[in-house]
Amino acid sequence: MESFALLLAATFNAGTVLAIAALGLLINERAGIVNLGAEGLMLVAAIAGYATAVHTGNDWLAFGAGAAAGALLAAAFGVLVIWLNTNQYATGLALSLFGVGFSAFAGIKYTQEKLTERPHFEVPFLADIPFIGPAVFKQHPMVYFAVLLTIGLAWFFYRSRAGLVLRAIGESPESAHALGYPVRRIRLIAVMVGGALCGVAGAYISVIYTPLWVEGMIAGKGWIALALTTFATWRPARVLLGAYLFGGVTMLQFHLQGEGVQVPSQFLTMLPYVATIVVLVLISRNANFIKVNMPASIGKPFFPGS
Amino acid sequence: MTSSSKRSLMKLAGWSALAATAALVGCGKKEETPPAAAAPASAAPVAAASAPAAKPEPLKIAFAYVGPVGDGGWTFAHDNARKAVEKEFGDKVVTSFVEKVPEAADAERVFRDMASQGNKLIFGTTFGYMEPMLKVAADLKDVKFEHATGYKQADNMRTYDSRTYEGAYMAGVIAGGMTKSNTLGVVGSIPIPEVIRNINSFTLGAQSVNPKVKTKVVWVNEWFNPPKETEAAQSLLNGGADVLFQNTDSSAVLQTAGKAKKYAFGWDSDMSAYSPEAHLASSVINWGPYYIKATKDALEGTWKGNEGSWWGVKEGAIDIVSISDKVPAELKAKVESVKAGLKDGSYVIWKGPIADNAGKEVLKKDEVADDKWLGGVKFYVKGVEGKVPGDGK
Amino acid sequence: MLKLEARPAPSKAMSIGSPLLALAITVVIGVLLFVALGKDPVRGLQVFFVEPVKSAYALSELAMKATPLLLIALGLSVCFRSNVWNIGAEGQFIVGAIFASGVAMQAGPGTGGWIVIPVLLAGVLGGMVWAGIVALLRDRFNASEILVSLMLVYVADMVLGYLVYGPWKDPAGYNFPQTITFLKSTQVPRLVQGFRVNVGVLVALGLVVAFWVLLFRTYAGFQLQVGGLAPAAARYAGFSSRKALWTALMLSGGMAGLAGGLEAAGPLGQLTPHVPAGYGFAAIIVAFVGRLHPVGVVFSAILMSMFYIGGELAQSRLGLPKSLTGVFQGLLLFTLLACDTLIHYRIRWRAAHVHAPKPTPVSTPTPATTPKEA
Repeated sequence: MESFALLLAATFNAGTVLAIAALGLLINERAGIVNLGAEGLMLVAAIAGYATAVHTGNDWLAFGAGAAAGALLAAAFGVLVIWLNTNQYATGLALSLFGVGFSAFAGIKYTQEKLTERPHFEVPFLADIPFIGPAVFKQHPMVYFAVLLTIGLAWFFYRSRAGLVLRAIGESPESAHALGYPVRRIRLIAVMVGGALCGVAGAYISVIYTPLWVEGMIAGKGWIALALTTFATWRPARVLLGAYLFGGVTMLQFHLQGEGVQVPSQFLTMLPYVATIVVLVLISRNANFIKVNMPASIGKPFFPGS
Repeated sequence: MTSSSKRSLMKLAGWSALAATAALVGCGKKEETPPAAAAPASAAPVAAASAPAAKPEPLKIAFAYVGPVGDGGWTFAHDNARKAVEKEFGDKVVTSFVEKVPEAADAERVFRDMASQGNKLIFGTTFGYMEPMLKVAADLKDVKFEHATGYKQADNMRTYDSRTYEGAYMAGVIAGGMTKSNTLGVVGSIPIPEVIRNINSFTLGAQSVNPKVKTKVVWVNEWFNPPKETEAAQSLLNGGADVLFQNTDSSAVLQTAGKAKKYAFGWDSDMSAYSPEAHLASSVINWGPYYIKATKDALEGTWKGNEGSWWGVKEGAIDIVSISDKVPAELKAKVESVKAGLKDGSYVIWKGPIADNAGKEVLKKDEVADDKWLGGVKFYVKGVEGKVPGDGK
Repeated sequence: MLKLEARPAPSKAMSIGSPLLALAITVVIGVLLFVALGKDPVRGLQVFFVEPVKSAYALSELAMKATPLLLIALGLSVCFRSNVWNIGAEGQFIVGAIFASGVAMQAGPGTGGWIVIPVLLAGVLGGMVWAGIVALLRDRFNASEILVSLMLVYVADMVLGYLVYGPWKDPAGYNFPQTITFLKSTQVPRLVQGFRVNVGVLVALGLVVAFWVLLFRTYAGFQLQVGGLAPAAARYAGFSSRKALWTALMLSGGMAGLAGGLEAAGPLGQLTPHVPAGYGFAAIIVAFVGRLHPVGVVFSAILMSMFYIGGELAQSRLGLPKSLTGVFQGLLLFTLLACDTLIHYRIRWRAAHVHAPKPTPVSTPTPATTPKEA
C-alpha cells in the first residue's frame, strides 16, 4: 500500500511539469496560435532557471527567470506569427531547434554546477494521514500550483469576460476584430503568458525535478505537452488529468519493472502518443464534434483589415 | 524606397555575399599554418619552432567522446585521463577532443577527420564506435586506434576496458553493511554483459557482509538521461530499496536518494559533492594509467594491435573513493582489505560456488571465472530479482 | 515608425533575395557570436563555409550528409505546397530504415548486389506505410495531420527500440541493442573508391529533376499547387483534395523512407537506436529555405549540411561547442521566415502621428492603414 501511495505521489510530481506546460499551450491554442516551439522554449527556461538558482540560491527567482525566458522567446515567436503572419508551424519548429541548440550552448558552464540541497515540503498535519498523506501532501508547492492553475483557467475561460473574448478570438478572429477588439495584441499577450507558463514548467524540471543541468534534459516533455492539449480537447481539467496520466506512464513502467513484470518498456513509453492519436481521431471524425472542441482558427493567419 | 531601388539593394546584398565567400576562401588558402597550432581545444603547448635542437614532432592524440565533457560521469572521467596524459608527457604530445560524437554514421567522419588532422593515436570511448573505427582503421593503416569496451580488433586497432565490476563489488560491500531494509536498488542503463556483471558483483559484494540482501533492478535503456534516471531511482525507492546503485552516467540517482534521505553511490567519477548526505562512496574509473601507457607505447614504438586490455584495481584503473564518514570503521576496513586483496591479486570476486537466480549453479565450488567467462555474463546471480531483459539471448 | 504595407504583387526579387538576406543575417549573428566567444570570426566562418568544401573527401562527406536532407525536403516541398503539413518525416524516415533493414537482413552469403534495389524499395514502402496512416486518419476522420504525424514519430522511435532491443538484436552482439551488420552485398554501392558518397546522390539528383517536372510540367502538379494556394478555387475546378492529400503524403513519406533506407544500408550498415538523426525535422527547414522548389532545396540542403559538418569541425578546430549547429539552423529559419514577409509586404517609414494628408487631388486618404492595432 505504501508503495502505491508513493507511486501516486511520483505521478503527481511527474504530471505537474506536463500540466503547467500544457496549460500554457492551452492558452495559446485557445487564442488560435499553435506554438510548436514548446520544447526549445522549455529548455531555454530550464537553463535560465538553473543558472539563476546557482547564482542566487533562490528557487522562486529561478522560476521567475524561467517564466521571463519563456515569455521573451514566446514574444519573439508571437511577433513573427501574429504581425508578420509567418507560418506558425515552421516558426514554432525554428524556435524549437534554436532553443535546443541555444540552451545547450548557454548551459555549457553549468553542467558541473550543483544546487544546494532541495527543500522538503510537507503540509503539516495533513501529511500524516495514512496513505493520502504521503500520496498527496508531501509535494512541492508547484504541484498544488498546477491544480490551482487548472481551476483558475477553467474559471477564466468559462466564467470571465476576458476568457470569453479570448475564446472568441480563437474561434473567429475576424468577428472579434469587427467587434473592435485588439485581436493581435490579445493574441500576443496570450502567447506570452503561455510561454511564461511553459517556462515555469521548464525551470521546475531543472531546479526541482532533476536538480542539475544537462542539455536536452526536457527530453520530449514539450512535445508531450503539445499532444496533451489535443488529447484533452482543449479543456483545462482534462489537461490536468491527462498530464497525470501521461506522467504516470513512465513511473508505471518502472514500477512494473521493479515488480518483475516483463513488458517491453518501449510499448509502455509509446502509450501516451498512441492515446493522443486515438483521441484525435475520436474528436475529429465528426465535423460538428470537432467544431465544438477545437478552436477554429488554430494555425491560420489573421489579417486585420483584409 | 522604391521597389526598384529595393531590388538593386538585394542585388548588392547578393553580390556582397558572394564576394565575402570568395574572400574567405582566399583567406583560407593564405592561412595554411599548421591547423593544430590555433586549436584552443588542445591545452598542451605546441613544440615551438624556436626550439634549437631538432625536437621530434609531438605525437598528436585525439579523443572522441560520446557525451559532453561536463557530464560528471563517463566522459568526464575520460577527459580527466586525457589531461593526465598531457601532464605526464608535456610537449611530447598534443591532444584534442570532439565531444558528443553520435554512435552512428557521423562517427566515421569524425575519425577520418581526426586522422586527416594528423592525429596518430585516436581513442574512441564508447562501444558504439566499434564499426566506424574498424572501417577507418582498415583505410588508414598508419593511425593507431584504441577502442573502449568493444570486442573487434585489427592490426592497428586494439581494445581496452576497465574492471568496473570490481568497483561495483566494493560498493556492494558497503551497501550490504549500510542497508536496513535489506533491499538494494540498481538503476541499470543498457542490459549488456558489462552492466549485468556489475549488478551481479554489487550483489555479491553486499551478500559477502549481509547474506540476506536482495537487489531490484530497473532499466532506463540509455546511458545518460537524468530525468529518466530520477524516475527510475524514485520507483526503486518506492519499492523499498534504501541503498541505490547505478550504471548510468549522471548524478540524478544520487540526488534522488538524497532527497528521500536514503543512500546511494557515485559512479564513474567522484560524485560526493552532488549529495553529501546520501553519498556513501564513489566507484570511479581512472583511465589515466591506461592512457598514459598507451601513449608511452605509441611514443616508444611498442604499440601493438590485435590485443585487448582489461585493467582493474591492480593497475590503478578502478578505485572506490570518498567513503563517507557515515560508514562505520569496521565496514570501511573490510572494504579496504578487499581493495588491497584485489590489488595484489589475493582476493577473487568471481569464485564459486555461485548460482544464478533460477537456482542453477554457474560456478562450482572454488572454480575461478576467467575473463572470457566474465565477458559473457547474461544471467542474474541469486538475490537479484527479475529476469535479464532480452532473455540474455 | 516602421509599417508593413502590402505589395500589389509578390516581389520576385525578394523571393530569391529573402533566403540570401536570411543567410546574411545569420552569418552576421554568427560572427558576433564567435567574437563574443573569443574566437577568430574569419576562422569560424571558414570552418563552416570553406572547410566542408575544401577537398574531394570533404565534398563527398557533404554530399553524403546532404542527400537524406535533399530527399526528404523534396517530398516535403510537394507536401507543403499542397498545404499538407507533414511534420512527421522523421518517423517515416525511421520506418523506412526499419523496412529496408528487414529486407537487408534476408540477404544470405550468396546474394548478389541486386538486393540493394529491393532494400531501397522497402525503405520507400516503409515510409509510405507510415505516412499512409497519417493520410488515412486525415481522410477518414479529419484528424490533424500535423499532430498525428508528430505523434507517429515517437511511436516509430519506440518500434525501432523494441526491434533492436528485442527480436532483431544481433545474437552475437553481446546483448547490445543493434542488428547484425548487413552483408556487403546489401550496401549501397559507392560512387568512387575511397569515398563514402554513394549512388544515393545520383538518385537524389535524378529525383530533383523528376520532382521539378512533376510540379511544374504536369497537370497533377498543377492541381497540387492550386489546391495549396487557393483551396476554394481548386474545389471549384473539381480538383480532388483527397487525391492531393494522399499524393502529398505518399510522396513525402516515400522520400523520407528512401532516405532512411539509404542511411541504414549505406554508411551505417546496420540498424541501431541511433538511426533517427533529426533529418526529418531539419529537412523542414531545408524545404522552407529552398523555397519549396526542387532546385532551391538542393542549395539549401548543401547549406544545411555545411552547418552540420561545420559544427562538427568547429569542435576540433576551434573548441566551439556542438550546440552551435542547432543555434545556427534555428536562427536561419527564424530569419528566413521574417525575411519572407518582405515578399508580400514592404517596409515603409511613417511619421508617428499622421495628420491630414497633403491636399493633393490624387492622394487617397489613409484610414485603411490605421486600425487600432499595435
